[in-house]
Amino acid sequence: MSVSIFQVAGPVMIGPSSSHTAGAARLGRIAAKLADSFDFVSFGLHGSFADTGKGHGTDKALLAGVLGIREDDEALGQAFALAAEKHLDFEFHRTELSGIHENSVRIGFYREGRLLCEIDGSSLGGGTVLISRIDGYEVELTGNLPAFFIRQQDKCGVLSHITKVLAEHGINIATMKVSRKNRSEDATCVIEVDEVAAEELLNKMKAHPDIYDVKFIGV
Amino acid sequence: MYHSCKQLLQMTEAQKVPIHEIVIEKEMKSSGASRPEIMETMKDRYRIMLASAEKALEQPLPSEGGLVTGIASAQYRYALERDTLCGTFINTVMARALSCSEVNASMGRICAMPTAGSCGIVPAVLMSVGEKLERSEEDVILALITASGLGAIVMENATVAGSEGGCQAECGVAAAMAAAGAAELKGGTPAIVLEAFSLSLVNIMGLVCDPVAGLVQIPCAQRNASQAVNALLSADLALGGMKFPIPADEVIEAMYKTGKMLPVQLRETAQGGIAATETAREITKRIFGRDGN
Repeated sequence: MSVSIFQVAGPVMIGPSSSHTAGAARLGRIAAKLADSFDFVSFGLHGSFADTGKGHGTDKALLAGVLGIREDDEALGQAFALAAEKHLDFEFHRTELSGIHENSVRIGFYREGRLLCEIDGSSLGGGTVLISRIDGYEVELTGNLPAFFIRQQDKCGVLSHITKVLAEHGINIATMKVSRKNRSEDATCVIEVDEVAAEELLNKMKAHPDIYDVKFIGV
Repeated sequence: MYHSCKQLLQMTEAQKVPIHEIVIEKEMKSSGASRPEIMETMKDRYRIMLASAEKALEQPLPSEGGLVTGIASAQYRYALERDTLCGTFINTVMARALSCSEVNASMGRICAMPTAGSCGIVPAVLMSVGEKLERSEEDVILALITASGLGAIVMENATVAGSEGGCQAECGVAAAMAAAGAAELKGGTPAIVLEAFSLSLVNIMGLVCDPVAGLVQIPCAQRNASQAVNALLSADLALGGMKFPIPADEVIEAMYKTGKMLPVQLRETAQGGIAATETAREITKRIFGRDGN
């Protein structure tokens, strides 16, 4: 494994901890891209996020991320005030998640009391993160590459529609993971790509009758 | 491509170039970035390091628990205004290292080097040595590249995480990186640069990670100051001609193995060392309203 000098001299971040602060902000930011216009966010803190999170500003960092503040933006420290300004309510609680990294969180996004989306993510150290579950579906989303999150029916031809649209736009697929709970029911797909996607492409993907929703997660 | 200090040294000797040239060549190959792009990115990061090394010198910064608030400005005033033991230079280096730590603790912007907890050592040493020797910003950036290239060898073969290797892996590696950069700025050959790198790690072998209340504040900040000085004295020992018989790669391996031997209480869990003292427990209780252990 070759290590870049910018993994040594970096990341540029708001202190004090790359895992508990920078990684937490990143998790919040990626997660928020998967939910539409929410007015309430719930954070279930697991393991070390629950135990030592407060002293590392993990709460502020997660909330800042959800507000779209980057891990190197000094506004991160004012997350509580900024959430109030934007009329975003939130709560933090301790939780136990199974089979997950020590530094993890379950983020629930709500609108008018209704759960829109629930995301499990972990901060793996040095600011790197992994989203491992979306609404109960197992996924692998790192935020290192631009990615699509697709909700579809588990049906023949859906994936070929998606890959065809990507190919038409000259977009190369880096990784792809399909996940379903039961055969022929709802499924999800995470596709990491090498290039940035255009709005037009999203609309083309959504045009398929068995595709319910497509979200783009930029880096 | 090199994966060890030995291979890196052989390449510098074969091509008759400084360490940073070989490091840049490897970075270009592995990332696809051009040399100017690499220089530009490192310059951006250096500017962030500079800002964090200066920010707390004039004003105390508040933090959770406030365990390091005001330490950088106090040390800086002492460095400038008082009759010191180690002189203005060493005391300014320490004040700058403390400033980075204070900025980090106060949720300010820093550049991890190689970690957030050890972010003050390399910036304080290299900016101060560059200033003292009247080197250009480009020279300091090249020294940062040398330092980062050696840090990358440690990340490939060992660890820079306190939870895995103790403080020696964070502040110790930062000191070794800073010593290497400082020796290069002073005109040391690649062999001398590696000697300075090894000596710093030898000098801190076994240091435990024992953060009071689990916060990245004390003794992290103090160790940023002391390890900045370790870097400078190690560079001077190497430049003075000291030849430590154990090669750099074996010193890195020894640091890694030593880290693995450390019980979990001494690896960032705040259950041993300074963190387990009676007063540290009282501080924990005061900040969090509960016993940290």
